[in-house]
Amino acid sequence: MPANKSSTARFEPASDQSLLIYFGGEAKKSRAKARPLQSQFTIQASEQVRKLLRLLELEPIAGVRNLHPAYCSLLVKFDAAKWRHEKLEQELRKYLVRLDRVRLPEPQQVEIPVCYGGEFGPDLEDVASTHGIRPQRVIELHSSATYLVYFLGFTPGFAYLGELPQALITPRLPTPRKKVPAGSVGIAGNQTGVYPFETPGGWRLLGRTPVSMFRTDREGLSLLSIGDRVRFVPIAREQFAELAKEEVQQPASLRNSGQAEGGPYMERANDLPGNSKLGQWRGKECA
Amino acid sequence: MSTLEVLAPGMLTTVQDLGREGFGPMGVAPSGAADPVSLRIGNRLVGNAEGAAGLEMTLLGGTFQFQGACVVALTGSDFCATLDDAPVSPWNSFKVEPGQTLRLGPTRSGARCYLCIEGGISVPQFLGSASTHLLSGLGGLEGRALRKGDVLKIGDRDAPETKQKRTGKNACSTGSARDANRARKVAAKALELLAPRKVLRVTPGPQSDWFSKAAQNAFYANAYRVTEEANRMGLRLQGPTLPEGAHGDASEKARGDAPGKVRGEMISEGVSLGAIQIAAGGLPIILFVEQQTTGGYAKIANVISADLHSLGQLRPRHEIRFELVSFETARKLLMEQEELLASAELIVSASGLFRRTLRLAK
Repeated sequence: MPANKSSTARFEPASDQSLLIYFGGEAKKSRAKARPLQSQFTIQASEQVRKLLRLLELEPIAGVRNLHPAYCSLLVKFDAAKWRHEKLEQELRKYLVRLDRVRLPEPQQVEIPVCYGGEFGPDLEDVASTHGIRPQRVIELHSSATYLVYFLGFTPGFAYLGELPQALITPRLPTPRKKVPAGSVGIAGNQTGVYPFETPGGWRLLGRTPVSMFRTDREGLSLLSIGDRVRFVPIAREQFAELAKEEVQQPASLRNSGQAEGGPYMERANDLPGNSKLGQWRGKECA
Repeated sequence: MSTLEVLAPGMLTTVQDLGREGFGPMGVAPSGAADPVSLRIGNRLVGNAEGAAGLEMTLLGGTFQFQGACVVALTGSDFCATLDDAPVSPWNSFKVEPGQTLRLGPTRSGARCYLCIEGGISVPQFLGSASTHLLSGLGGLEGRALRKGDVLKIGDRDAPETKQKRTGKNACSTGSARDANRARKVAAKALELLAPRKVLRVTPGPQSDWFSKAAQNAFYANAYRVTEEANRMGLRLQGPTLPEGAHGDASEKARGDAPGKVRGEMISEGVSLGAIQIAAGGLPIILFVEQQTTGGYAKIANVISADLHSLGQLRPRHEIRFELVSFETARKLLMEQEELLASAELIVSASGLFRRTLRLAK
């Protein structure tokens, strides 16, 4: 019975107006059970998260104000005047038993051009020497995998991508940088991602993309959405400059959506424009 | 449409309303006023809907010149305000004549002061809100703090989205703020009930059981001091560290939110407003309105909703404590606060007296 699925979910109050739902074995209360991300279990849990998110987008619960998906959990923020934790859990369990029937939207396949190394990737050499490989090999490995967008968090449009090829797994910097330039492509643990804005950050930087990850004049705002598949495509320095210029001019073709009405959490989460431009960098060599 | 010119911006002044809720899946934090109670009351004083955009000032206020006549109010902490050099007190509405200058100084009490103007501050909405999110440079006025020379538009005071509803529970007995220059003020009893607290009430965090009994006892027994690293993203606290073993795996997590690769790391999850994380070294960080939306530190507790506005008035060197309450108590306190904020008795005519006794929580 599908009902069994819901029994693997665990609920935990996070605050007086939010509730966490954990999926899968990682959800065990004991910290000893925390396991590496790189397991089938996590991928399944992530799918449950995305299905629940999808279902809550399609059939929103009145009084639920926000949703924060992560690797194997979903934080549900609610109006405390309308809901108590126990009641909301009961309501959400009705959603959980239906997850098997939820069809996730077709993931976008997004290619992100990256100019690796040099000033754009100040940690490329270090990462290479840590693993005893050449920088070129780091680039090959990083751009060889297809990554899943597990969720967006940290800052607007920051996608947590997994999983990094085994040979590239590197801990984050011992001391985070105070400023990481927008577009920087970094790795941390077995994840990779692109900084949409200049923010502090502790991920090891391999390169930079000229593509904006989040812009207010683009429908959908964020380039990536939860569930998308991402590949990084190495580009040369000159291409970076060209693309950066195009990126500034591009908004002409994009609809302004920064003025959107304050919306339900479901808005646009799975509704990105077809990125016809993406993919044109395939096969180009990196300098 | 009238305007307001920034003659001096103060230390950190931003446009804020009640934030943009509902965009978590994009990694967008709600942002919004750090002390939403003060903003809401300020808007009611000038006859706006309580979520209209105002200016949030931090520690040192700005100087503003008004092009046209309007009704304004200052709420939150007392920033030694003067209007053309005559002192004006907070928690009152007052009229500003064209060309007058409102000057705010350093705080006398807490961290933030709000300037609310009849009609509200008008900036382009981003995802349904005027709130500035400084970290990503989104919302508000060009996504940034105000600068000298900025000119802000004041909204249409009769627009339906700005205007306070005159019926229902928000109806104010004193009528429009413009009517016959009748100033409004906040009932003294209400101010007392809503005063920022230094003993913050909390509910258990989702990982509170990761902490030993001794660690939890220490957390509630200790006084903590707010450090200089206190801003809209979070407040880092200084104080006795929690005993060894207290933060367990969370300490491994100290370098950030990478999920599960380093042994024992906690997997990143959504974090709630007011979550108290125990970071490296066993010291707490309280996540605030511009918080990152997900994170990987263990959370020992969470500030209750009714006390979140108190966080917005904390400033470096303030000493605070935590007091554990049940979820039921937290809910009750929030309901009482909301009832008070919605009550007609909250705002009184400045010349009148607040006679009725509020039957509300201490």
